[in-house]
Amino acid sequence: MSIAAKFEIEYLQYLDAEGKQVRDDLPEFAKDLGHMVELYKLMLSTRVFDAKSVALQRTGKLGTYASCLGHEAAHVGIGSAMKPEDVLAPSYREYGAQLYRGVQPREVYMYWGGDERGNDYQKEPARHDFAWSVPIATQCLHAAGSALAFKIRGEKRVAVCTIGDGGSSKGDFYGAINIAGAQNLPLVAVIVNNQWAISVPRKIQSGAPTLAQKGIAAGLHCIQVDGNDIIAVRKAMEDALERARNGQGGSVIEAVTYRLGDHTTADDARRYRGEQEVKDAWAKEPMKRLRAWLVAKGVWDDKKEEAWKAECDEWMDNEVNAYLETKTQPVTAMFDYTFAEVPADLAKQRDLVLSYENKGH
Amino acid sequence: MAQITLIEAVTQALAYEMKHDESVVVLGEDVGVNGGVFRATQGLQEKFGELRVLDTPLDETTIAGVTVGMAVQGMKPVAEAQFEGFIYPMMEQIACHAARMRNRTRGRLTVPAVWRAPWGGGIRAPEHHSEANEHLFTNIPGLRVVLPSSPARAYGLLLAAIRDPDPVIFLEPKRIYRQYKEEVPDDGEALPLDVCFVLRDGTDVTLVTWGAQVKECLEAADELARQGVSAEVIDVATLTPLDFDTIAESVQKTGRCVIVHEAPKTAGFGAEIAARVAEECLYELLAPVERVTGPDTHIPLFRLEMKYLPSVERIVEAAQRTLAAS
Repeated sequence: MSIAAKFEIEYLQYLDAEGKQVRDDLPEFAKDLGHMVELYKLMLSTRVFDAKSVALQRTGKLGTYASCLGHEAAHVGIGSAMKPEDVLAPSYREYGAQLYRGVQPREVYMYWGGDERGNDYQKEPARHDFAWSVPIATQCLHAAGSALAFKIRGEKRVAVCTIGDGGSSKGDFYGAINIAGAQNLPLVAVIVNNQWAISVPRKIQSGAPTLAQKGIAAGLHCIQVDGNDIIAVRKAMEDALERARNGQGGSVIEAVTYRLGDHTTADDARRYRGEQEVKDAWAKEPMKRLRAWLVAKGVWDDKKEEAWKAECDEWMDNEVNAYLETKTQPVTAMFDYTFAEVPADLAKQRDLVLSYENKGH
Repeated sequence: MAQITLIEAVTQALAYEMKHDESVVVLGEDVGVNGGVFRATQGLQEKFGELRVLDTPLDETTIAGVTVGMAVQGMKPVAEAQFEGFIYPMMEQIACHAARMRNRTRGRLTVPAVWRAPWGGGIRAPEHHSEANEHLFTNIPGLRVVLPSSPARAYGLLLAAIRDPDPVIFLEPKRIYRQYKEEVPDDGEALPLDVCFVLRDGTDVTLVTWGAQVKECLEAADELARQGVSAEVIDVATLTPLDFDTIAESVQKTGRCVIVHEAPKTAGFGAEIAARVAEECLYELLAPVERVTGPDTHIPLFRLEMKYLPSVERIVEAAQRTLAAS
């Protein structure tokens, strides 16, 4: 028998669920404990931010919100590995990556609070990133197109898209990794496999034993990592980004994690998954293991934890206040950005709506 | 100066803009070495290289989504859908992203891209190669929908479409790709995207149309002239955003309006024009508005397709009915 092709998928993990280091070859960034503390702090602030968002929704101050509870290691690992000049094309819950790149909590609140200005990220490098993409997997092709633009212009930049396990079923994902392989594009596609696409479990999405191996068919580098271990996520990202930046090909990274919360605040996960499963997932969640590891290294303790939580609370309170104080846009805003300039025909409709406004209806 | 066809005018416009603006790239299936199945991109890859005239994998969704991504990065991609019947997989990227990117980011990100597609029936093509579905795009806010009807307008409108800061759907009537030649100076002069073109002045009836049907309407106007009827012919050219003022001015003058398009009748773009005529010209109308369109059926395979498309005779007859009414 002759073999036409063979493949294997590496699984990467540095910290187990208890925070025990399972391999000695720590990457350079992880040897810098000050930096690891910074990453932990951002994961914690992401969690505080997320809890605040859910609370805002439950008290009627936010529309539907997609929580990121449990994804902190995956998201911060992605965002912290990227360079400012790279581009992120997220789906709709990658706040940990986005906060790192300058998206402000008030912008997240504005978007889910019914105001398009939430997508108008004010701070670089987030300002040149894509906004949240609700239509599943469509953002993967925006990243591929960005990567193509970088290649054509000879820029050493990488486009990163994030996608869920469910999203990896869609043609847009396959199309993006396919053209990335065919054109050797600087694309890194991260499948944040959180086991659930609303109520549909991972096993219904695909018969493949890993989602990472989907990239094999596209000719990309592929790896599966423990998505609750930020060292593993960050290391896989750094390797993938470096290869892509140097013209050595794109990657698919599968970060295996778990969606600890509901799909969105409009969802009730108790309808379709058991308590025990969620309990088991909590035992493997990303904060606990990194905290245990940092505490064992002597660079983190309860006092620091409480102090940082208090700082996060204050930060989020400021952000919430800024959000709540933001006045609704004028009614004409729905017309003003449809085209670069409002066409004459549309201006008539704008004037009509404005006349309703002036009459109070 | 050389005389060129409509398809050659498309090539000429692409070449001009690629030469003068290096952010312009062409992508699609078979656009490279093969120069496109209709030869719209003939010779461009030789001139501008494989990266700026890019053969993509055979996936329309990929073409559409990659186009959005490139445009957001400041390039001006011109994507080709090989036939209008293959544009459906592109629609999610066009409707959910291209058309609304500027609006949803309050102007932070924009999509200055063009989607070209050979459009319409009448060339004895296989199934799915003859669709007229411009109305599916005219109801999407944030898009310009443009249909040229002559070599000169193809050149000028395509240049305008590429230079426009917002996404444009550029539908090329393939039935008249090579129907006739005219002089089209390669001077880089764009035509406006916010006006209808009055191709023939008249006083008795207004014929409103776009794309390949411009030819039938001009022939119908000739025939009506022989019968002593003066028909005005308007090529809408840019369907959305619509320049209705030009149409209203004409209908208020003639008092009669015949709308001609090859897409199915119900909710075709003619319905919008008829509704606007009712809103703005009712008291000047001397006869009910007539529509001469494809029926609400699928365009038949080619043995019957010419029976589906509006003919000169059907247009003349509709005009005559408006004249008989008053």
